[in-house]
Amino acid sequence: MTAVRIPPVLRAQAGNQKRVEVDGATVGEALDALLVQFPDLREQLFSGEGSLNRFVNVYVNGRDVRYEQELATPVKESDEVILLPAMAGGR
Amino acid sequence: MSKSYRDLLREARAAVREVDTAETELAAERGAIVIDVRETSEWEQGHIGGAQHVSKSYIEQEIESVAPDRSTPVVLYCAGGIRSLFAAQTLMSMGYADVASMRGGFQAWKTEGRAFSTPVVLSAEQKQRYSRHLLIPEVGAAGQARLLDSRVLFIGAGGLGSPAMLYLAAAGVGTIGIVDFDVVDASNLQRQVIHRTDRVGMPKTESAALTIAELNPDVRVVAHPEALGEDNVDRLIEGYDLVLDGTDTFETRYTLNDAAVRAGIPVVHASVFRFEGQLSVFVPHEGPCYRCLYPTPPPPELAPGCSVAGVLGVVPGVMGLLQATEAIKVLLGIGDPLVGRLLIYDALDGAFSELQLRRDPHCPACGDGQPVETAGDGVFIFSPAPGATTGAATGVSA
Repeated sequence: MTAVRIPPVLRAQAGNQKRVEVDGATVGEALDALLVQFPDLREQLFSGEGSLNRFVNVYVNGRDVRYEQELATPVKESDEVILLPAMAGGR
Repeated sequence: MSKSYRDLLREARAAVREVDTAETELAAERGAIVIDVRETSEWEQGHIGGAQHVSKSYIEQEIESVAPDRSTPVVLYCAGGIRSLFAAQTLMSMGYADVASMRGGFQAWKTEGRAFSTPVVLSAEQKQRYSRHLLIPEVGAAGQARLLDSRVLFIGAGGLGSPAMLYLAAAGVGTIGIVDFDVVDASNLQRQVIHRTDRVGMPKTESAALTIAELNPDVRVVAHPEALGEDNVDRLIEGYDLVLDGTDTFETRYTLNDAAVRAGIPVVHASVFRFEGQLSVFVPHEGPCYRCLYPTPPPPELAPGCSVAGVLGVVPGVMGLLQATEAIKVLLGIGDPLVGRLLIYDALDGAFSELQLRRDPHCPACGDGQPVETAGDGVFIFSPAPGATTGAATGVSA
């Protein structure tokens, strides 16, 4: 199981959970497993063509998957996947 | 057996190597640390350029922070060459292996017509006001003078801008520019601590200027009561050393980012949502910019601001003060600013975490291609770098 950290902006669509444990050998598989549990997250994470939205960054152990193998980036049991959407709030 | 001053001086002369002014100059060129051991009032009237100041009365306490490596050559001087002899003896007894005292002291240096520098002199009030800064070697009188000479532009006098502004004004940042088109609203007061209850309805730039004037008369406030946009951004940021981004719309953040990259001005960025904050420092072409981090903004319905989603008042307080801290580090050139790193604060967990950011070589704002013009609303018209593939380098984002 790999832990996916759900950011505050997305928690409403993820049963208000902060961390969700999922199965999968790659980032793509882990996120697919997450969407099976929480289908409402799909619109936030993926574009219509099935690629990751560019306003959401995905990190595996602190490294941006855009500079790794994108959705094919492998994940292991002990890895932590962090979803990080842009936030604008400042006032 | 008691010793007279003459005895002590004779012993010191026998134990300490003395050098003349020319040898001191040469030693400094070769990496020796030159230390002025006179009193502060003497130092302020002029000293050898590049020398460090450690008064003889503090030499035991402070030498290790000035010269941590005991094998580094050190040359001490005072006014006439006596105090530096005794101070040199002290350093030798502490294990400094290569210590010398400059014969004739600063008087000889000046008499020979050698160049010296006169430090920025803080007024008596400033010495008292900034005394805790003056005690820190990384700031000191030179750093304080630099802060007083610095110009920082705040985009937004809101949740992030308020605490950052208060502390940078207190720290003596000499010029604070404020861009904000809004007026103070009662719902702001839960977190926007630069404003006051009796100022509801007053322009935020005016309210902030009033508070800063009460806090520190050294600070000049430049009010820009207008909305930041493509039409005025270049004019607004021109001449500032650093910009503190405390806005709450993506449009403004991208507009600011692109202009700051064009002008080569560092931006200290933070954003907040309910219990969480993000922080980074964008130094153009040294590290990633905001567009490298988030190439495109999310649609508005997926990214509510504070006015829709709410925010715990202290969270922008924490993040704003971290912005102020990073701003001081960048202005003084000390420490490791958060360049290429994103700091995340989770208030409910009481936890900080850090992510590594990378510069995107295809970034339409700071990448290797040449941006031609911005067409407003974050849309970029972009010409790819020679040799770059067109598909990867064409950036249109809105």
